[in-house]
Amino acid sequence: MTAAIEFRDVSRVYGEVRAVDRVSLTVEAGEFFAMLGPSGSGKTTCLRLIAGFETPDSGSVLLNGRDVTDDPPYVRDVNTVFQDYALFPHMSVLENVAYGPRVRGQRKEDWQRRALEMLELVQLGHFAERRPSQLSGGQRQRVSLARALINQPRVLLLDEPLGALDLKLREEMQIELKNLQRRLGITFVFVTHDQGEALSMADRVAVFNHGRIEQLDTPRALYTRPATAFVARFVGSANVVAGELAQRLSGRAEPFAVRAENIRLRAPAAPVNGDTMSCIGDVADVQYHGAMSRWQVRLESGEVFAAAVPDTNSNDEFRVGARVRLEWARGDAVPLTAAESS
Amino acid sequence: MTALSTFLYRRPALYVTLLLIPPLLWFGTVYLGSLFALLAQSIYSIDEFTAKVVYEPTLATYKQVITQAANVDIILRTLSMAVAVTIACAAIALPIANYMVRYAAPRTRALFYVGVMLPMWMSYLVKVYAWRLILAKQGILSWLFDTLGLGAALEALLRVPGIGGPSLSASYLGMFIVFVYMWLPFMILPLAAALEKVPESLLQASADLGARPAQTFRTVTLPLALPGLAAGSVFTFSLTLGDYIIPSVVGAPGYFIGMMVYAQQGTAGNIPLAAAFSVVPIVLIMIYLTLAKRAGAFDAL
Amino acid sequence: MRYRRWGQPSIGARLAAYAGLAFMHLPVLVIILYAFTTADRTYEFPPPGLTLHWFEAAFARADIWAAMRLSLSVAAMATLLAILLGSLTALAMARSTFRGKESITVLLVLPIALPGIVTGIALLAAIKSARIDPGFWTIVAGHATFCIVIVYNNVVARLRRMPQSWIEASMDLGADGWQTFRRIVLPQSATALLAGGMLAFALSFDEIIVTLFTAGHDRTLPIWFFNELFRPRERPITNVVAVIVMVVTFIPILLAYRLTRRGSS
Repeated sequence: MTAAIEFRDVSRVYGEVRAVDRVSLTVEAGEFFAMLGPSGSGKTTCLRLIAGFETPDSGSVLLNGRDVTDDPPYVRDVNTVFQDYALFPHMSVLENVAYGPRVRGQRKEDWQRRALEMLELVQLGHFAERRPSQLSGGQRQRVSLARALINQPRVLLLDEPLGALDLKLREEMQIELKNLQRRLGITFVFVTHDQGEALSMADRVAVFNHGRIEQLDTPRALYTRPATAFVARFVGSANVVAGELAQRLSGRAEPFAVRAENIRLRAPAAPVNGDTMSCIGDVADVQYHGAMSRWQVRLESGEVFAAAVPDTNSNDEFRVGARVRLEWARGDAVPLTAAESS
Repeated sequence: MTALSTFLYRRPALYVTLLLIPPLLWFGTVYLGSLFALLAQSIYSIDEFTAKVVYEPTLATYKQVITQAANVDIILRTLSMAVAVTIACAAIALPIANYMVRYAAPRTRALFYVGVMLPMWMSYLVKVYAWRLILAKQGILSWLFDTLGLGAALEALLRVPGIGGPSLSASYLGMFIVFVYMWLPFMILPLAAALEKVPESLLQASADLGARPAQTFRTVTLPLALPGLAAGSVFTFSLTLGDYIIPSVVGAPGYFIGMMVYAQQGTAGNIPLAAAFSVVPIVLIMIYLTLAKRAGAFDAL
Repeated sequence: MRYRRWGQPSIGARLAAYAGLAFMHLPVLVIILYAFTTADRTYEFPPPGLTLHWFEAAFARADIWAAMRLSLSVAAMATLLAILLGSLTALAMARSTFRGKESITVLLVLPIALPGIVTGIALLAAIKSARIDPGFWTIVAGHATFCIVIVYNNVVARLRRMPQSWIEASMDLGADGWQTFRRIVLPQSATALLAGGMLAFALSFDEIIVTLFTAGHDRTLPIWFFNELFRPRERPITNVVAVIVMVVTFIPILLAYRLTRRGSS
């Protein structure tokens, strides 16, 4: 089956900076695909390459098997929800949503009807005559969603759409978007720097760093089996162990990652359990996070480990400054391919 | 139409070129063409006997401008007026701009801004004429001096060479006043903009460390406002240097560069000389611009 | 020693500021006053009496009407050229980067940066070299150049403030370059275009420095005015014309200012 989107060795360079560095990926039809990474990692540029606002310097972009590398945005079967919503201020909400059909020459009765339908879909039917400036952030976001979907595109691109919303609204919208995508069955490509968002919504996530994809996998695989130190640190927070310490603990020179929640705290003198790795350090800081606490432990060799420990009474014996032993199962140590951090 | 759009979309360079052809054509022929014609004329000369232009390249005209005593007088006179006007504008603009930015309540500040811009929007010629009325022998200023009993002082002032003249409306002093009036908004606005950029917290820190308001002004505000002053001075300097209307309308007998240019092209028909003379302000302004740039004027614009 | 409260200006500072502001508005008030004076040969103050007679006299003068008509037509043509050529330039320069962009920026600053006298004598040199007869079109040529720059500055500022995402959204939704221009860019920059045009009109109407070089024997209203300054006859009529010129130039500039402020909020 042809992929909805395909990148073949795509690069986009600005002077000295390689914003997108020979990226290849495929997005399957009907997928909820997330592009995750810090700012400047290339994820937004990739989105713009799909939409057609940028042209690659090398490589090709294919939509549904067709090479669209040279196609302008208005011929691609792709629509975008912009980060700043990009609603046209001199048009009403209805006219905004109806922009696509109007531009294609549809009759007034037709585009009015369809635009109203779309507004109903996002529960904003009563706002048709308002101006964008009269709407709240969340409402504007839904209008821009309606405007993008009215053309029934094969692919919907979303550029950090939830960034401007407050926490509660953001969580609601995440659920709404996921439901919408399931109902419509079209491909969603979602750009975000929030790893929690990417993990909770996407079928597959591409983690970007410095213009390259470090790992493309399902959320669970990214979390439990990070491939590189960057992914380990960026997705969830893991301790990356490298160099001498890695050699000492695992017997091999390659770096590995251990999730903070896989680390247990023990008294230094307690007996060592079976197939585990352990090391000794002093408690540097404790942060209370409700159901679990975050402990920072500094080893003699200088590295600082983060342990996320469920909050039980047995932890009261450890205070800041106390000596403690960190322990984790050997299987929880995930080997990494690169130890360089971002 | 869509095909044409897509064609141009794929060729941004062609699109930009097509857009720029009409305006550049205009600018090229009308403006740049004229400037070249000017430069060309300035390297020709005039035959003293036939009063016709001799179309042979020569630097004689320029030499005439720079070496003949009368011409040098004109240049120096204009230059010193430009400098004097710049200093005066800066001195007057500072208290106004400082008050506007530091002390005025937001509504008052808006009023001040509009109040400063309003005269700028008024017709240039009308303003010059208004001053002619004010400075006239029986006009407002004379009336004011007479009522205050200073009539004699004014007469004495007008007799001072280099400042005075036959009457206030035909004197260097009068010209100076009009120049300062005209360009004041051009100095106030960049200065106010530069002063606004000075964070209030710096002034508070200075006071916190023990400096009195006047000291703070001298040591903190003024140096930081220098780019604004430099930017404003570019306007006052170059505008004064090239003006010929004000010296004609409110002027003493001595010629200024602008008047010279206008006069030479008129009855004398000596376009080469007029052209060469007009190059002088260009050179002077270029020099001034480099100096002003070093003082940060371009960051303040 | 008594200290001034922090943040409060001294009396002197306040006085200086307001005095300065008043100084800047004095001449205009004077002009308006003198348009009504009964004295016909002197500028005496206080005016001996007030009358509307000079307004009548001015409106009866054919030469004033002729000069007014010329000024209006020159301003209209210059503004038209400015709107056309200025917008084309603004569209090209708003976003794209290309070799030579900086040179064009410098070129567009020159008409305002170089003193009017230079532009004037340069145009005259060109007119003489090309053996053209000075007249309507030479006047327009001089005006249009700086009018183009004024319109350009207004429009390019507006275009640069327009979020790029609007244009991208429009194209994303299916509108090609022309449709995007017609539906999004043009409506949004209309006020800037209008403001620039009005500014250009006012400045062209008021222009004297360059026009004295390019007008030949024709007289625009400012030229009429300038000539009258050296004649002692019927001074108050000159004052009336001054009031007319002031009003015709001030109103468009004021409107342009209101437009740009509203457009940017």
